[in-house]
Amino acid sequence: MAESHGGAKGPAAGAHTEADGGHHGGGFPPFESSSFASQLVSLAIFFVLLYVIVSKLALPRIGGAIEARQNKIEGDLAEAQKLKDQSEAALKAYEGELASARSRAQAIGNESRDKANAQADVERKALEEQLAAKLAEAEKTIASTRVAAMSNVRGIAADAAGQIVRQLTGVVPDVASVNAAVDASLKG
Amino acid sequence: MKIDPIHQFNIEPLFTLGHIGNHTIAFTNSSLYMLVAVAIISILMLASGTQLVPGRLQSVAEISYEFVASTIRSTAGAEGMKFFPLIFSLFMFICVSNLVGIIPYTFTVSSHLIVTAALALLVFFTVLIYGVAKNGLKFFKIFVPHGVPIYILPLVMFIEVLSFFLRPVSHSVRLFANMLAGHIALKVFAGFVAMLGFSLGAIGWVGGVLPLALTVALTSLEILVAFLQAYVFAILTCIYLNDAIHPGH
Repeated sequence: MAESHGGAKGPAAGAHTEADGGHHGGGFPPFESSSFASQLVSLAIFFVLLYVIVSKLALPRIGGAIEARQNKIEGDLAEAQKLKDQSEAALKAYEGELASARSRAQAIGNESRDKANAQADVERKALEEQLAAKLAEAEKTIASTRVAAMSNVRGIAADAAGQIVRQLTGVVPDVASVNAAVDASLKG
Repeated sequence: MKIDPIHQFNIEPLFTLGHIGNHTIAFTNSSLYMLVAVAIISILMLASGTQLVPGRLQSVAEISYEFVASTIRSTAGAEGMKFFPLIFSLFMFICVSNLVGIIPYTFTVSSHLIVTAALALLVFFTVLIYGVAKNGLKFFKIFVPHGVPIYILPLVMFIEVLSFFLRPVSHSVRLFANMLAGHIALKVFAGFVAMLGFSLGAIGWVGGVLPLALTVALTSLEILVAFLQAYVFAILTCIYLNDAIHPGH
């Protein structure tokens, strides 16, 4: 359409250019149809050239750079998220481990305390039994000693009583009656 | 001193490439600045690194990429990304050639209606051909809006069809007129500075401050316009392509 427009005015324009020669200021340049063909041809050449450069080289290049940046940012964010998840998991694992270690330590403490207590009980019981046995033995010894002592006391008392009676009366008393009298007074 | 604000728009043939019919096809100053724009875009997009942490040049390239991509996604949806190379080429070509054109003594490619018309027609036919190829006759539903009472439908359809076929006109003239008017205004105000300085001596030097300040302000405005018109061209392309992709709306 534009070209046909240029073509229609073509012949007149050609004449005009020749008449104009070198000097300017004749017509209004934008409406001088003599230059239309040249302008259209150069516009077609350069605009097509620009279109080819833009569509084949420039836009893929810049678009690629922008996309690469976008991908890099998204990748980095995903990586950061992954690392964050990992560190959270590690923290959780650490906390779990810590809790289990703590409970294990408590269990071990309890167990060893119980064991120590049990052992102490056993030892104490054994010691107590030993002491009780010794005590019983000692008591038995005391009792037998006391019995022996008491029988000695009776003999001494009988002897003393016999001597006292002999000294007082000059008569040697019957041993049996002295013993009976001592026993009676001991009982009394 | 004579101010000729139109002189900057002259097409100067640098050398002849050949002939088509009785047209002389020349490599002109316009061709040179098209080449410059293509070269700048290529350097920006191909010489910038593709590092993980972008440098300055790579940042500019990536911002351009993301800017155009988000414009397409927001206006034509994900399907519009098929036309990403086309819209990116259009946006960058217009934006860079406009910005280069602000530098004094350069030429602004889009200050010629034939260039903007060719770009607008490229978009128009892309929309038309893709729309019909993808949707068949359903494409023409864009001329029949929903919920319009039947008795005013013919009128609405007439307006819709007219506006559809006037799109390349408004699309191209908007860019062309903005660039043309901006450069003429710049040239006129900058010319005042020189004119006052040369003709009125010391008074002129003082008097030239005001148009100089205006020229500086206009230059910054033109930088904005250069970018904005490229953006408007690109976003209108997206909107028109959206019709081809989703004709029901």
